[in-house]
Amino acid sequence: MKFSLSWLKAHLDTDASLDTITDKLTALGLEVEGVEDRGRELAAFRIAHVVSAEKHPNADKLKLCMVDAGTGELVQVVCGAPNARAGIKGVFALPGAVIPVDGSVLKVGAIRGVESRGMLCSERELKLSDEHNGIIELPEDAPVGASFAEWRGLNDPVIEIALTPDRADCAGVRGIARDLAAAGLGTLKPQDTSPVPGSFPAPVTVRLETPGCYQFAARVIRGVKNGPSPRWLQDRLLAVGLRPISALVDITNLFSLDQARPLHVFDAAKLRGDLLLKPTAEGDSFLALNGKEYACPAGLVGIYDDSGMVSLAGVMGGETTGVTEATTDVVLEVALFDPVMIAKAGRALAIDSDARYRFERGVDPAGVVAAVEQATRLILDLCGGEAGETFIAGAEPEWRRTLPLRPSRVAHLGGVDVPEAEQVRILEALGVEVRQDDGRLACVPPSWRADIHGEADLVEEVLRVHGFDQIPATPLPRDVTTPKPALSGTQRRVSLAKRALAARGLLEAVTWSFVPHEVAGLFGQVNPDLKLLNPISTDLAVMRPSILATLIGAAGRNAARGFPDVGLFEVGPAFRDPTDKGQDTVAAGVRAGAAVSRNWAGPTRAVDVFDAKADAVAVLEAAGAPTANLQVTRDAPDWYHPGRSGVLRLGPTVLARFGEVHPSILEALDVAGPVVAFEVFLEAVPAPKKKGGTAKPLLVLSPFQPVDRDFAFLVDAGIEADKLVKAAKGADKALISDVFVFDVYQGSGVEPGKKSVALSVTLQPVDKTLTDAEIEAVAGKVVAAVAKATGASLRT
Amino acid sequence: MTSLDALKSDLLSLVSGASDLPALEEARVAALGKKGRITGLMGDMRALSPEERKERGQQLNALKDEVAAAIEARRGVLAKEALARRLEAERVDVTLPARPEAQGRIHPITQTIDEIVAIFAAMGFTVAEGPEIEGEFNNFTALNMPANHPARQMHDTFYLPAAPDGTDRVLRTHTSPVQIRTMLAEKPPIRIIAPGRTYRSDYDQTHTPMFHQVEALVIGEDIHMGHLKGTLLEFARAFFGIDDLPVRFRPSFFPFTEPSAEIDIGCSRKGGELKLGNFGDWLEIGGSGMVHPKVLENCGLDPSRWQGFAFGMGIERMAMLKYGIPDLRTFFEADLRWLKHYGFVPLDMPNLAQGLGR
Repeated sequence: MKFSLSWLKAHLDTDASLDTITDKLTALGLEVEGVEDRGRELAAFRIAHVVSAEKHPNADKLKLCMVDAGTGELVQVVCGAPNARAGIKGVFALPGAVIPVDGSVLKVGAIRGVESRGMLCSERELKLSDEHNGIIELPEDAPVGASFAEWRGLNDPVIEIALTPDRADCAGVRGIARDLAAAGLGTLKPQDTSPVPGSFPAPVTVRLETPGCYQFAARVIRGVKNGPSPRWLQDRLLAVGLRPISALVDITNLFSLDQARPLHVFDAAKLRGDLLLKPTAEGDSFLALNGKEYACPAGLVGIYDDSGMVSLAGVMGGETTGVTEATTDVVLEVALFDPVMIAKAGRALAIDSDARYRFERGVDPAGVVAAVEQATRLILDLCGGEAGETFIAGAEPEWRRTLPLRPSRVAHLGGVDVPEAEQVRILEALGVEVRQDDGRLACVPPSWRADIHGEADLVEEVLRVHGFDQIPATPLPRDVTTPKPALSGTQRRVSLAKRALAARGLLEAVTWSFVPHEVAGLFGQVNPDLKLLNPISTDLAVMRPSILATLIGAAGRNAARGFPDVGLFEVGPAFRDPTDKGQDTVAAGVRAGAAVSRNWAGPTRAVDVFDAKADAVAVLEAAGAPTANLQVTRDAPDWYHPGRSGVLRLGPTVLARFGEVHPSILEALDVAGPVVAFEVFLEAVPAPKKKGGTAKPLLVLSPFQPVDRDFAFLVDAGIEADKLVKAAKGADKALISDVFVFDVYQGSGVEPGKKSVALSVTLQPVDKTLTDAEIEAVAGKVVAAVAKATGASLRT
Repeated sequence: MTSLDALKSDLLSLVSGASDLPALEEARVAALGKKGRITGLMGDMRALSPEERKERGQQLNALKDEVAAAIEARRGVLAKEALARRLEAERVDVTLPARPEAQGRIHPITQTIDEIVAIFAAMGFTVAEGPEIEGEFNNFTALNMPANHPARQMHDTFYLPAAPDGTDRVLRTHTSPVQIRTMLAEKPPIRIIAPGRTYRSDYDQTHTPMFHQVEALVIGEDIHMGHLKGTLLEFARAFFGIDDLPVRFRPSFFPFTEPSAEIDIGCSRKGGELKLGNFGDWLEIGGSGMVHPKVLENCGLDPSRWQGFAFGMGIERMAMLKYGIPDLRTFFEADLRWLKHYGFVPLDMPNLAQGLGR
């Protein structure tokens, strides 16, 4: 919303400075986005007369001009403009002036050996337009030596405010003036809305056959002359960036911006019969004022005459019935439409107009008739003619409502005490009718404030005008000085998982929650309920079923940039379905390239499945999962290498998956392998048992030294090492405290189809030192148990 | 006697002349070994009378002790020399790099959220969460944005296929639905913050289709706008670590708060450089207000008894302001150079005891 200072002062009697006004606007919630003060910028530019223009002695295309800028002496200027010639008037800058287009400072110069002491300007140099083919030529009556900005009406600062959607009343300059007056920055000037008598019966009638229009006033004015509008009106429109067109069109634009009330004028000669407002039928079309043909869907509010649709109500008028310079008789339309219907129409046809902007926010439901009178008076003033009687269809809707305000509520909700008398003054200045009612204030908001619905709104009005800066900052009351933890157990796990993974050398990434459809398809069946109906691009179309869907691509992009050794993780959402329970919190990561990069101290090593397994187990450990009890199964989903992947679980509960990423997935994502990955489902980790409080189980240490014994078993190559370990552990649960694999070997010395698995078994005596015989006995049990479980034999 | 003196000087010179440990061992064997010269003289004593034997024995023992001590002393010197030689031989080039280890980093969004949580935890807030796919009721209707409300259009919402009951499913456009979930699930007093992912269909230099917000909600019987201001003032000063950072309220409009205010903090833009502090200029950091009575009603709370405030801020914006990160879009590119540069060391877990400035 833009307006000029002089326009504001047409409604507000004030001597406040521009800075005071803009500060107050922001404090009122009418946030000033910018002030353009052309007068200040153009202060150095004067109107000048080119007294003579001779050819430059040393250049064919340059001219040597003597210029009278009202300074009492002629100034010599070199000018290259083709239209520079004796007798014209132009805009002149003396040395020291700042040229608006590039901010450069004009200096005394010598051009091809001749001194130049100023500049005749083009429109572009003054940022008036892009015109740069010649210097500005002013009319003969332009006063030499006068300020160009003042003469041209550019010394009027233009203020732009950001309007919040509730303040429909401030979509007109008058509403803004009213707010400023309420805040003590002057007084609101009265407007003349007295009736203009009609001198002939209304020749055009209106029928309403849609609930989308509450009230529609039509008034015929005959014998108008639609020439250019007067200077003051053109200046206002130009100041806010609107092009003056003709008096009648300019008047409708003025009402829209000045009163927040869009009007329309039809050329009466082009209308066939009476007007009818009804819902559009599918396919109804009209040629709009912007020159485009629009075909409407069913159910918008259309304005029809006997020939068909002529206008889209509240959004844009029709070209075929619009006014031109030849127009003599007009139908003035002042109407009130349903905001929801206008918003719907505007969206359906993608038309943004000043009318739509105001109607969809809500135009003052009262005062349709007053606006007819105001507009008629202005048309008669500017275009002459004779007005008929007004035809009014529909009625002003009921808008009066009484809202109670407890004066104590301002302090209780707002935190600042405003005396009751001041509350009443503020509300009345905003147009609210206030009456005392049993200790409360009974308030009737004005018709133009449809946004005031209840006590809280009234409190806001009082606070806003009183000043939010008057509210003292008050610390929140504290029940205790040491509050309870802010994080739940699950939230803490997320935090621990992130820091554990970063501590393992992985970089935390945050990637999109959505992926292309074909990428989602690589990670299981795409759930159609997770496809966005209006994705911003096909790259961001489906909620990701796995974080790997975005992380693997990220690894690939880093490799493409020349950084192939990548370790990334993300803790975030993965989606199974759109319900509340369908979103999992997953800690996922990828490693690509070298696990050990090239170095002088040892060999390099590419990432492998066991890096991913270590990451997954580390997350589970950090999250408090009983990692010693984890089972490993081979049923990882399809996006993992079937032979190099696993699932970590506690019985039926899947806690994590890890493995090499399937080569076909990498190929589809155009990423070079191998890439290893893991996904840990943080919500699946069982919560720690609460019983026993914070105490850990008692640590019992044996005073006797443990004994290690190594065994090498020969076993079928397909047997999993875990089976051997479990069997060995079970051989004597009281004595065996640990079993681990320290070597796996296939090759020379081991028959084909077999492998050698070497186990280290730790015996931990608890009551006495073991004798050799006892050790031998346990070793025998280990060999027997492993042989029984796996068919392994001791390698000799 | 002179023969013993000669022997002694002979043996001692052998010892002192030993240039390495094997030579010293040879000298020891020659003197004290089974067939050594002192050992030999000891054996010869069997032929002497008891008196002579006693005297001769004392002399020989003294000689033996003296030679043995000389051998030990020499051994110490030689061992020291040998160690020095070994250490010299073991010298390595310590300017070589250590074995490669990857350095992990925490993303600025996580660090910023953790900092915000640390501050609000001290004020007695707990962290609440909600799903990112929301129903239109939680995201709009309950927040006083009925269908066709212009504010609903302004949200640039991503839609998913409708729920079986015909209501719209959306990607939450703000973290405010967590307010609704909390008020529906818990009895006041309420004091929560809700950080999380949010989504809007907008993608340019200053907007990304996914971003993060943090929401705060405080409900009680006497919570007023002054408390909102006080909370934000304390927060902003603690977060940015600027003791006199001013906070300004500007009246604004949000459908779910009444009165509504935008939050500005003090700054300077002199010379095109943004600096936070009490310098007279202002920078917006979020929206706030008193929870709208209709929102309370929609959550089953009696607005004549309960009232409170809510506010929301963009996490990325806070991170950019605090840590001087210039471009919003880079947050989501997972460029490892960026992550290493703007990321945080993993053990640097924000808490008030250690301070929040990095």
